[in-house]
Amino acid sequence: MERLGGRVIGFADKDVTSASKGETLYDSIRIIGQYTDVIAMRHPLEGSARRAAEATNKPILNGGDGANQHPTQTLLDLFTIQETQKKLIGLSIALAGDLKYGRTVHSLTQALTRFSPRLYFIAPKTLQMPEHYLEELKKNKIKFSLHEKMEDVIKQVDIFYLTRIQKERFADQMDYERVKNSFRLTLAHMTCVKKNLKILHPLPRVNELDSKIDATTHAYYFQQAENGLYVRQALLGAVLGKI
Amino acid sequence: MTQDKKLLVSAIKNGTVIDHINAGQALKIIRFLNLAAQNKLVTVGLNLPSKLMKTKDLIKVEDWEISLEEANQVALIAPQATINIIKQYQMFKKFALKLPEKIEHLLVCPNPKCITNHEPMDSFFYVKMRGQKVEVSCKYCEKQFALDEIKDYKI
Ligand SMILES: [Zn+2]
Repeated sequence: MERLGGRVIGFADKDVTSASKGETLYDSIRIIGQYTDVIAMRHPLEGSARRAAEATNKPILNGGDGANQHPTQTLLDLFTIQETQKKLIGLSIALAGDLKYGRTVHSLTQALTRFSPRLYFIAPKTLQMPEHYLEELKKNKIKFSLHEKMEDVIKQVDIFYLTRIQKERFADQMDYERVKNSFRLTLAHMTCVKKNLKILHPLPRVNELDSKIDATTHAYYFQQAENGLYVRQALLGAVLGKI
Repeated sequence: MTQDKKLLVSAIKNGTVIDHINAGQALKIIRFLNLAAQNKLVTVGLNLPSKLMKTKDLIKVEDWEISLEEANQVALIAPQATINIIKQYQMFKKFALKLPEKIEHLLVCPNPKCITNHEPMDSFFYVKMRGQKVEVSCKYCEKQFALDEIKDYKI
């Protein structure tokens, strides 16, 4: 924001606003909206951004509402895919990692539905994509398949989108240890892949993405993170009518 | 047979009869429509014998006309219920029940992290059929639920 010449009023600490005194989100946003032009918010409750949008006529940018949506991440992911492949339509895209709880992969899957992709979902059995997202894909006639091993699909795809696998998601720590060591993208996977293959990851990574891949032409996750800045700047410009 | 039924639940002069409610759902509907608080004469039959359904529930409310919107809410709980408006002991109007497209206020979102459970605000659900089942999705947290997953109603 400041790089664009704007000024920022921050309410990062919930004690600064009256939220801790029991003020409703509705009232807080209504008041904040009176002395700002745009509100970017991240809030732990699901649906909070939609609620906030009802309280003010100023634009609300949802920087994540609990486990629900993370739309700015999705926009930067789409932009990065477009940037690396020069198109969005008809790509072969693998989504791998924690597909059950990862909201970035949920939002991205929903957004990709508009661009007729061929999707591959790769995850340990207990972390596979929730059924209702798959049903939405079927309804939209999007081709997809489920896999457990990265090597089954990596040679066919244009984009390999990997997300982190967190220890807390496993009831049994033995299961985590097993997955940690087997579910890992390494240099060995990089033979005979498509030349235009790009690997994306929302970062930070844990164990699932070997840092040796960083030096290959396929690694694109640091540029992806940088795009986050540009996309958010563009978004601010767009909602304020400057673009 | 008809004589028996009359003995079970008496006829009304003017009002609304909600019949063919699946057994066990009548009390839920009474809560849903807030009938107890309206100072009307409400007669309820539970587990009545029915040729079609084996057992059914029945609600009669004297001097009260159900609205189309309320009738559609009944359809959510008891899709095969029939609703008649009675005038001078005669059936005056029969409702063809239709699921509402959206439900405002009435349902409590089962997601504890949903904003609607933390703010003084109305809930809002979109309704759709999934096969034979009614499914609702919260406008706010965007989660989907089968109707029987919803345990709480705001009255
Ligand atoms: Zn909800």
